[in-house]
Amino acid sequence: MQYLPNILFLIALIGGIGFFVKNVKKLARNIKLGKDVDVSDHKPQRWRNMVRIALGQSKMVVRPVAGLMHIIVYVGFIIINIEVLEIILDGILGTHRLFSPLGGLYDFLIGSFEVLALLVIVAVTIFWIRRNIIRLKRFIKPEMKGWPKKDGNMILYIEFVLMVLFLTMNAADFQLQQSGAEHYTQAGAFPVSQFLLPLMDGLSISTLVIIERTAWWLHILGILTFLNYLYYSKHLHILLAFPNTYYGKVKPQGEFNNLESVTNEVKLMMDPSADPFAAPPADAPVPEKFGASDVMDLNWVQLLNAYTCTECGRCTSECPANQTGKKLSPRKIMMDTRDRLEEVGKVMDANKGTFVSDGKQLLDDYISREELWACTTCNACVQACPVSIDPLSIIMEMRRFLVMEQSAAPSELNVMMSNIENNGAPWPYNQMDRLNWVNE
Amino acid sequence: MSEQLTVKTMQQFMAEGKQPEILFWVGSAGSYDDRAKKITRAFVKLLNKAKVDFAVLGSEESSTGDVAKRAGNEFLFQMQAMMNIQLLNGYEIKRIVTCDPHSFNTLKNEYPGLGGKYEVVHHTQFLKELLDSGRLTIEGEKYKGKRITFHDPCYLGRANSVFEAPRDVLSKTNAELVEMKRHKSRALCCGAGGAQMFKEPEKGDMDINVLRTKDALETQPNIIATGCPYCNTMMTDGIKAHEKEDSVSVMDVAELLANSI
Repeated sequence: MQYLPNILFLIALIGGIGFFVKNVKKLARNIKLGKDVDVSDHKPQRWRNMVRIALGQSKMVVRPVAGLMHIIVYVGFIIINIEVLEIILDGILGTHRLFSPLGGLYDFLIGSFEVLALLVIVAVTIFWIRRNIIRLKRFIKPEMKGWPKKDGNMILYIEFVLMVLFLTMNAADFQLQQSGAEHYTQAGAFPVSQFLLPLMDGLSISTLVIIERTAWWLHILGILTFLNYLYYSKHLHILLAFPNTYYGKVKPQGEFNNLESVTNEVKLMMDPSADPFAAPPADAPVPEKFGASDVMDLNWVQLLNAYTCTECGRCTSECPANQTGKKLSPRKIMMDTRDRLEEVGKVMDANKGTFVSDGKQLLDDYISREELWACTTCNACVQACPVSIDPLSIIMEMRRFLVMEQSAAPSELNVMMSNIENNGAPWPYNQMDRLNWVNE
Repeated sequence: MSEQLTVKTMQQFMAEGKQPEILFWVGSAGSYDDRAKKITRAFVKLLNKAKVDFAVLGSEESSTGDVAKRAGNEFLFQMQAMMNIQLLNGYEIKRIVTCDPHSFNTLKNEYPGLGGKYEVVHHTQFLKELLDSGRLTIEGEKYKGKRITFHDPCYLGRANSVFEAPRDVLSKTNAELVEMKRHKSRALCCGAGGAQMFKEPEKGDMDINVLRTKDALETQPNIIATGCPYCNTMMTDGIKAHEKEDSVSVMDVAELLANSI
């Protein structure tokens, strides 16, 4: 019976990690529904981008207040994970504060974790106030109603509670250490939780042990729950920000890809020796669909983008169309892409892993034409994203579908395009008049 | 009739068996739009003054296809691009300058993948070169004491990280340069990009150019400077919407420089 806690812990650990792995596999499968894209270029620059943007948070600090708070939570999260390693080993081995032989270093570590835990509590409180009391504009846009709003707050609550549990655990431990309780050897420094001691004054050793053990268990179970919450939440960015910044755009922002399928057709059209009436060879591949009307038409980096988005709304708040009251919101483009991708994934789950048309698509069912045509392709959203997401590339793919597959451009744009076809200029002027300015 | 400009076409260079120092890509706006034509003329005046041996394509030039591409018509874009590339490669063009950031962007970034590899510079970069090398010198003090704010065109600034060249050129006019609250990589679009220039905006509560002009007017400028013919149109309309057309003018960097020599 003495190994019961160890066994229960192992079950919780394996169960928690196992369920997470299952969802990660689903995540990978969904992302791979996207088209292949060559991202083998610019390797050194890609690594630099990941280190600078994801690890170094370089784009977060463009907005100093949110940036600083975010760095606190981020650093807190990473560093306090060293403590989680000890907690896991203690849980498996049935030990208590396994790393305490580190002595002075251990005291320093535990002390730092405590300070960080307090800072994280302050930061998430400020984050909560920004979302719910100050109600910053970008957090109350139409796409943030319902689940996205709850999700944002839920993450803050979980982080708050985890930090409080950590400090409570330490406070009870410290009190037990001072009372000379069995198993609770002197270890660690408690610069923050020492202030909780008055709350524990006069409690019996057995009560303190119950408090310490309860906080310890809830803390680790909370972490495992949080880990599994990620897949269902916008919070996946804590993992995906790293690959996403690596695979992010490394070319000038103004460079849009040239569709290869189009290049082949244009070359054929311009080849004077090609027979325009020749029947395609029998083994010719099915002509490729131009642009995107659903998530499978996008490439896998764009789908990774969608899972990485944490709905901070910096893109939307910098978008000229959104600022002037148009329906377009780059954040909504990313949220819609993810929602549709999740829906496609569920259809696949229900059909033994193959996709059966559900009569829906990304275009119209999620993203309206009005949104797509409001974009000025100014790249402000791309520039603003702290994790290198490119909403503009999705807008462009969908415009390409509308124009090349459906001939569904706004009529004024059709006029502009036929002018280019006929006169080589977007206006109806004669090409022979191109030099008239010289003598005007 | 204003002053005489010296302009030679590539065909003329070919006939003489010569190569120009640089090809000036005029662009559709610069060729046809009444306001943009003034920018073209101002730039050519500077090229003449600096004795730059440049060529234009004249009636052989055709739309880069940029606006078709942003509208989603990749097919039309590539048709235009390949036609232009055939022409440019035929003339063995090495270096191109243009006053239009949209042409600049597509020639520089999107043509190479289709076989058109050239060194492409924006006219503000080229003017900076001419000033730095002493081929062009500022003599007048026409803009001394004037407040000028520069609006970054998206496809020059954010898209291609050219922020300093236009500012360097402007600083040579002895004017006082003032920055808008959002500038350089965080500058707000004028509202013309992505083919918006050629269509009515979607329903909203304001036009983008009016919002951007508001940014500019907050700096209390005498002149709003731009480096893009489309931005120029949008900002000029914005000034009218704010009823400031009598006190504030919108001018291209090339015009300000041409007026200063």
